[in-house]
Amino acid sequence: MTTHEKPEEKGDLSRRDFLGLLAKGAACAGAVAAAGSAIGAVKAVSGKRAFQQNEQQFVEAVNNPPKVPGYNWNDHQWAMGIDTTRCIGCLRCMEACKMENSVQMDANHYRTWVERYVYLEGSNTALVDSQSDPKNIENAGSETKFRFDNRYKGMKVDKAFFVAKLCNQCEHPSCVQVCPTGATFKAKDGVVLIDTTYCIGCQYCIQACPYGARSFNESRGTAEKCNWCYHRITKGLNPACVEVCPTGSRIFGDRNDPNSPISQFIRNNHVQVLKPEMGNAPNVFYKGTDKEVV
Amino acid sequence: MEHVFEHVTPYVGYVYPNETDFAWSQLIVIYPYITGLVAGAFVVSSLHHVFHIKSFAPISRFALLTALCFMIFAPSPLLFHLGQPTRAFNALITPHWSSAMAAFGYVAGFYVCLLLLETWFAFRADIVAMSKTRTGIMGTVYRVLTLGSDDVSPRSLEIDHRIARILAMIGIPSACGLHGYVGFVFGSLKTREWWSSDLMPVIFLLSAVASGVGLLIVLYVIVSKFRKTPIVDETMRGLLYVLFTGITIVMVIEGLELLEIFYKAREGVEMVRELIEGPIWAGMAIQWAMSIFVLVVTSALLVFDVHGERLVKWLFLCGLSIMIGVLAMRWNVVIGGQELSKTMKGLLTFYPEIFGRESLFVVGVISICPYAMLWLVTKLLPPWGEDREPANSTLKVDKMA
Repeated sequence: MTTHEKPEEKGDLSRRDFLGLLAKGAACAGAVAAAGSAIGAVKAVSGKRAFQQNEQQFVEAVNNPPKVPGYNWNDHQWAMGIDTTRCIGCLRCMEACKMENSVQMDANHYRTWVERYVYLEGSNTALVDSQSDPKNIENAGSETKFRFDNRYKGMKVDKAFFVAKLCNQCEHPSCVQVCPTGATFKAKDGVVLIDTTYCIGCQYCIQACPYGARSFNESRGTAEKCNWCYHRITKGLNPACVEVCPTGSRIFGDRNDPNSPISQFIRNNHVQVLKPEMGNAPNVFYKGTDKEVV
Repeated sequence: MEHVFEHVTPYVGYVYPNETDFAWSQLIVIYPYITGLVAGAFVVSSLHHVFHIKSFAPISRFALLTALCFMIFAPSPLLFHLGQPTRAFNALITPHWSSAMAAFGYVAGFYVCLLLLETWFAFRADIVAMSKTRTGIMGTVYRVLTLGSDDVSPRSLEIDHRIARILAMIGIPSACGLHGYVGFVFGSLKTREWWSSDLMPVIFLLSAVASGVGLLIVLYVIVSKFRKTPIVDETMRGLLYVLFTGITIVMVIEGLELLEIFYKAREGVEMVRELIEGPIWAGMAIQWAMSIFVLVVTSALLVFDVHGERLVKWLFLCGLSIMIGVLAMRWNVVIGGQELSKTMKGLLTFYPEIFGRESLFVVGVISICPYAMLWLVTKLLPPWGEDREPANSTLKVDKMA
């Protein structure tokens, strides 16, 4: 496992500190530099940028999951909202997710990502790209410097917006339907989880997900996807991406609580879901999407 | 993984970032291909055992062994592909029945058992005979293979025949089920426009039969040349009828499927057109060129009532062509389906690895294994006995055609 490195201190503390800094917006530039060189730092064993779990910590977390005594999954119905009118495409959510969940630090494994839609003047269709576009990576100089390039500079743009994507934690998840072992399942609180000790790595779920939300971790031999930072939400915290979003374009909460941010978001806005024709009934609700959004 | 970005599947347009890591590689191409060969070989074997079509008697037992050897290796591409192959039995121990894939272990296991049983009954008389004549290690092997039953009285052989026939009868729906099921694994995924089709199981099944017949033609001709034995004209004619029927229906249904996609012209149909013109054009060209070649040649062989050496030569070419064509078709389905992005706004181009766990090298090795095993098994159980079919229960296949 090359993308994980030895931590210099307790992983939890450093992660929380790191996210706290991001939330305050105080150290964004520093964090970008830190994340940006994460792959380069793989070779160094100094453990200076120890935001991600190393392999031992992962194994420990899988074999001995933390107990959350006060949590009852029957009491919650988690949901997320994405206000595309507020997203500025800073991609701090992507970075926070990669760090928080030890996602592979390359350009083809993501638990969340942001798409940029641009209508040029006179065009009826949008040009779409995400951070993993080779041009963006070339411009940033690294797969882990999360930023968009400035390719539309000097062009006449009619309309442009960003759309954040992540696992939709569907009511009728295709991935759960096709899993041959039941390693992926829907929890009572609405989150679709993966038992990485039981997954056989057939990747049928990756094929079945209409939203491209699943990826395959080659070194672990199992499927991966967003679980809304289940380790955080069960402790009453927000998912990392929600926590770091500087504009509040990601809204998270419990639909069982009528006053939760998500309940208010759904009540006060006209919301849509992605690809409703698939019949998956997603639990991520979008405000301000567009016909071009895929 | 330092330079992982270089391994990303190149693409045009917009694809979801996770799609650039290609999930199902060429191993998943040969999995339906190998099971398809099984289905075809088994159907030919059954045409003799069940329907007593005399033309297939000379190759019926050989077809059975072919089906067995290929079936034993059918799951191996899947095992090489799994991220956690040691957990493969999880799907058998705790199958999640809403998954099409959960049934694979049961379907494949049942089918292997059926083939083993049928082979044993079909070869029992020979095994008993050899256990009495052979000495040394091979004598012991044959004695073990008799499973303690060395009764070769006419009544006992009659029972053998009847059981083998019943097993073959069960085997026909099983072979169809096995391959229709493989088509369902792909066709039931609503996510991918290129796969999501009700016709997929039928296409898989019929192309499977066609490719299996092609394999038998090729093997029969090659083996006969090596053994310097005459190639039975009636058998070749029988194989010609089956191949002609198979290729005709397959081409019609595949044509209908393409027509439906373009006639319905749902969102993203331009991308489907670009997929056919772009990443899989070579595969589509091979598939259709081979299919048309086989259709034209088999039609001509029927129209001009060709027999003898010319029939052997042309049918051999048809057999090879259909095997290549169906392999190309599997590639177009499995790889093509993933090359068409779920966004319907982009296309990926898959480049196979040469060496590694999921590489062309492994595909080559797995593809050779069934042939090697078949060679060994025919040494152990020679299938080329004289035509042992009673003459009164035959059915003239050319009169049916």
